[in-house]
Amino acid sequence: MAKTFLKPKCLSDQETHYCPGCTHGIIHRLVAEAIDALGIAGRTVGIAPVGCAVICYNYFTFDFQEAAHGRAPAMATGIKRVRPDLMVFTYQGDGDLASIGMGEIVHAANRGEKFTTVFVNNAVYGMTGGQMAPTTMPDQKTTTTPFGRRVEEVGMPVRMAELLATLSTPGYISRQAVLAPKYVLRAKKAIRKAFQYQMENRCFSFVEVISTCPTNWGMTPTEAIDWAQKTMLPYYPLGDLKTPEPVKEG
Amino acid sequence: MNKVLMKGNEAIGEAAIRAGCLNYFAYPITPQSEVAEYLSKRMPEVGGVFLQGESEVAVSYMIFGAAACGERVFTTSSSPGISLMSEGISYIVGAECPAVFVNIMRGGPGLGGILPSQADYLQATKGIGHGDCRLLVMAPASVQEAVEMVMMAFPLAEKYRNPVIILGDGLIGQMMEPVVFPDHLKSAPSNKDDWATSGMETRKSNKRNLVKSLYLDPEALNAHNLKLKAKYDRMKEEEIRYVTYNTEGDYSVLIVSYGTMSRVCRSALESLKTQGLEVALVRPQTLFPFPEKAVFDAASKESCRHVLSVEMSMGQMVEDIERSVQGKRPVSWYGKCGGEVPTPEEVMDAVKDLMRT
Repeated sequence: MAKTFLKPKCLSDQETHYCPGCTHGIIHRLVAEAIDALGIAGRTVGIAPVGCAVICYNYFTFDFQEAAHGRAPAMATGIKRVRPDLMVFTYQGDGDLASIGMGEIVHAANRGEKFTTVFVNNAVYGMTGGQMAPTTMPDQKTTTTPFGRRVEEVGMPVRMAELLATLSTPGYISRQAVLAPKYVLRAKKAIRKAFQYQMENRCFSFVEVISTCPTNWGMTPTEAIDWAQKTMLPYYPLGDLKTPEPVKEG
Repeated sequence: MNKVLMKGNEAIGEAAIRAGCLNYFAYPITPQSEVAEYLSKRMPEVGGVFLQGESEVAVSYMIFGAAACGERVFTTSSSPGISLMSEGISYIVGAECPAVFVNIMRGGPGLGGILPSQADYLQATKGIGHGDCRLLVMAPASVQEAVEMVMMAFPLAEKYRNPVIILGDGLIGQMMEPVVFPDHLKSAPSNKDDWATSGMETRKSNKRNLVKSLYLDPEALNAHNLKLKAKYDRMKEEEIRYVTYNTEGDYSVLIVSYGTMSRVCRSALESLKTQGLEVALVRPQTLFPFPEKAVFDAASKESCRHVLSVEMSMGQMVEDIERSVQGKRPVSWYGKCGGEVPTPEEVMDAVKDLMRT
């Protein structure tokens, strides 16, 4: 019998530590599929964040570095500057990238560092137990906003893709989601494009992925998907915010 | 190579290139910004990498990322900047990557001042980052020695897969002195295939490498720390460097002093000699590991009554000296910490005060 659905080669066989209903597994797969499709595993270095994906290197089979909280874009900069031939991506959550690592991502993007960032936005700190993130939605309850996020005290959620898209230099900025198969297929294309642009040495590429955290949201996986669609997608619209200039012929 | 007159900061930059390090990331801070200015011109000439990062925090991780690929890389900064880099330094130690840091010290705490200081002694030797984290610490006393130490630092960092820090006071960076550059280092990092994330396809083994500092299992973390401790212990066995002056005959006071301050002490020592007063000097070239035995032996001389630490800090080295002397002699301190370098006369007065007690 012919196999019609295979695990990407650069995903390991190890069972993940993620909670039931967590969407990290889908996003790992999309990254792995892009790397397999482009045939670049042998020259790829991933950078793991601090957060739920801190040990994501256990699920990939190529070289990996482990960053401090928020610093992955600075590490990626270091790698790409001394080894431009390597393919480098950071995999970061919202606490990591949009809070403690805001400086590093903005400056790496603004310098046009030729690496790829996959930014998983699930509106909460996961690993530390569900505290408020810069991306937490208004009135959303977290362990540090027990009465809901009060925007008059802590401001509105940060839209990272829009923020980075205001910069002139970064070439590819996209926001996608993994809340339903149609979104997953679009996210797959976006992540593949992001790596493709890096391969062509064209630009900094950034894909935000709207994701869920049923455990810390206190919901079932399906409730979490519904909540993200109803609450997050209107505030975090999907699509490409910026694409690089077409390569001139001849 | 001929003798050239060079400012310390520029000589440090040139020394790194001659040590085969073509990768430099930095953030400007007085009194060492000339290193970055020099290398922003020089690195393109030699096909190297120069990048001005957005902060010292980011720079320390640019160093980490590059070092983790097995490439020679270094940065320079000054006291407040090193505080910001200390997070990254701890991760680099934990992940066992070689890298070189240079701290051209200025006065503190806080913003302190921009004039020379040696007040980061304890930070460099005992508290450079969180966790059981040590760096090999070298302290040059001249521009020539700064050049030699920078060139030694890269192979040492690679030998131990641990960062090395050059601890120079502001004068080392700012003064101009004649320098002779040693030959280019031909060596390159070895054994990096075993650990560096250089891309799987570049290695014969085809095994993936992982550079990390997280060990959630307590036994694994303990074993990791024991491995790091074994490296620090090996440094104590193999890397202690120091110079002694006037220790052959009898003397009543032993001075322990490093960096620019030790040169002032040498002048004081010579002047005291002309007055018939004998003083010896031990100058540590490595601050970690500290030359405990050399200090102990010199302090143990029967004629020696006192040990004096002379440093541009409020006596940060005294504890290491006391530890070395093991109670055999009283240890006192003389120094200044506002940016003024004590004069030979002031050091002579401090020595004479001790002799009177």
